[in-house]
Amino acid sequence: MQNKKLKEDRRIQIAHKEALIGVGLVIFNFLWWFAFAYGLGSGNPAEYRYILGFPEWFFYSCIGSLVIMSLLVTLIVKKFFTEVPLDDPPHDGDQQSWPD
Amino acid sequence: MNWALSIPLFIYLIGIFFIGLWANCYVQKTASFIKEYFIGSRSLGGFILAMTMMATYGSASSFIGGPGIAYQTGLGWVLLSMAQLPAGYFVLTVLGKKFAILARQYDAVTLTDFLKARYQSNTVAIFSTLSIIIFLFSSMAAQWVGGARLLESIFGISYTTALIIFAVSVIVYVVIGGFRAVSFTDAIQGSVMFFGTMILLVAVIVAGGGIENIMMTLVEENPYLISPFGADGNLTPLYVSSYWILVGVGLVGLPQLAVRAMSYKDSQALHRGIIYNTVFVGVIMFGMHLIGVFARAVHPGIVNGDHVMPTITMEVLPPLLAGIVLAAPLAAIMSTVDALLITVSSAVVKDIYLGFINPEATEREIKIGSFLTTAIIGIIVFFIALSPPDFLIWLNLFAFGGLESTFIWPVIFGLYWNKANHYGAISAMIIGMTSYILLDQLYPNAFGMHTVVVPILLSCISFVLASWMTSGKGTIQSFKHR
Repeated sequence: MQNKKLKEDRRIQIAHKEALIGVGLVIFNFLWWFAFAYGLGSGNPAEYRYILGFPEWFFYSCIGSLVIMSLLVTLIVKKFFTEVPLDDPPHDGDQQSWPD
Repeated sequence: MNWALSIPLFIYLIGIFFIGLWANCYVQKTASFIKEYFIGSRSLGGFILAMTMMATYGSASSFIGGPGIAYQTGLGWVLLSMAQLPAGYFVLTVLGKKFAILARQYDAVTLTDFLKARYQSNTVAIFSTLSIIIFLFSSMAAQWVGGARLLESIFGISYTTALIIFAVSVIVYVVIGGFRAVSFTDAIQGSVMFFGTMILLVAVIVAGGGIENIMMTLVEENPYLISPFGADGNLTPLYVSSYWILVGVGLVGLPQLAVRAMSYKDSQALHRGIIYNTVFVGVIMFGMHLIGVFARAVHPGIVNGDHVMPTITMEVLPPLLAGIVLAAPLAAIMSTVDALLITVSSAVVKDIYLGFINPEATEREIKIGSFLTTAIIGIIVFFIALSPPDFLIWLNLFAFGGLESTFIWPVIFGLYWNKANHYGAISAMIIGMTSYILLDQLYPNAFGMHTVVVPILLSCISFVLASWMTSGKGTIQSFKHR
């Protein structure tokens, strides 16, 4: 019983950590997007510099955030997300299917 | 009637019909009808999860309305559309495993089930059910209008005929196949959306003589078309940023997305779903809105924004490819409508009928009731869509923002704040919804931000205050995970 409770807490702890990572990702995403868009794009459009045909601000802010977030999400999910059983632990006596 | 254009669409409609039949086998065989019909027995893998999240979210406004505005506004609107990137990862990570675990413990099939079990309150359940029905119904009607108008403009058939084709195909596979049919057709529809976007983007770039050439044409017309501030210079950073609430983090409060976050099989499905969904949503939203901007250089002078996407597709692609690409917005609309239809039906059957009217209903009664309810709702929407209201996007965003301000805090605090109680949830829902409607009518885009921001703030404050003031009161003990 004690054992089961501990494992239950561990699942919830993992869930809380991963939800916070999600919040962290969106904050990073927003800052990246905002900084490049308005940092590089606020000047006179006639004087923009271009990368691969796109205005510099657009390249970094829009294309950049799409690429960087895809990579970052993949990396973080693969490295830091833990597999846990989502169903309730089986009732008394069936400890086998619940390895630590 | 252009045959080359319509062949891909025909094949596609037949394909989704067979998925409906296939899903019906599961519906017939299942031991628990309600769980199979409304949540696919929690069996989605990562790819299907990502596809159904993306396709449910991506709608008429992503493929028709959005590119139309981007056409008028320029790259500033593509920048704004990138606020949707969190739709790919945020909902699934933040609801995440906690939501999946609790949904299983509560045996929840709908968002209302979850809220009812978490807050132990019928008032919360009634409020939740009513707002789901009202808002998703209006949203559904708007999407049907969009779908029928699209068929009308592509094939030159009458609006009524178009609506009948659209309605019949959606209603049939949703009624017979339930959630499983909805999510597996979403995988086809999502693929059509993804590849359609890619094909059209490449074709538009080629037709415009390359990206540099397109940018030069745009700068010659109006340099602000390539600035973040929009053609008229009126897209302020604050306004554009506020879309991160509406189409980014606020999506956590949408019932049709939340129900998907309780439908996957295991942790691995969730992990894969997050990764795929980020790429799918990102590529489609970015691609479609960029197409809208590029279209301006290729074919200037389109007055009605809703015509931009169909016009440019037929101009830059040969008929057969154009047929495939034009199936994309149709797929986007269908995949949103089917999800809304099954969500509204689940609200009526599970939350109202089983929740309040006849909790002891037999399996057979539930089964017949579910088929009938889904069909009847579909038919009612059909009749509403026959005399359509204007402003497709407006209606769609209204349902969006209203639901977000109603549900976001009851869901988030319900998951992550042990002291959250039903007083908090009820006040947050009432204040969120009424303040959204009032502000939308009286003071839209308050303080230079999208209307949704203030109601979400008010809803949060009222939730916290009400929960604090009533802590220790009433029958609700402090919430435990078990």
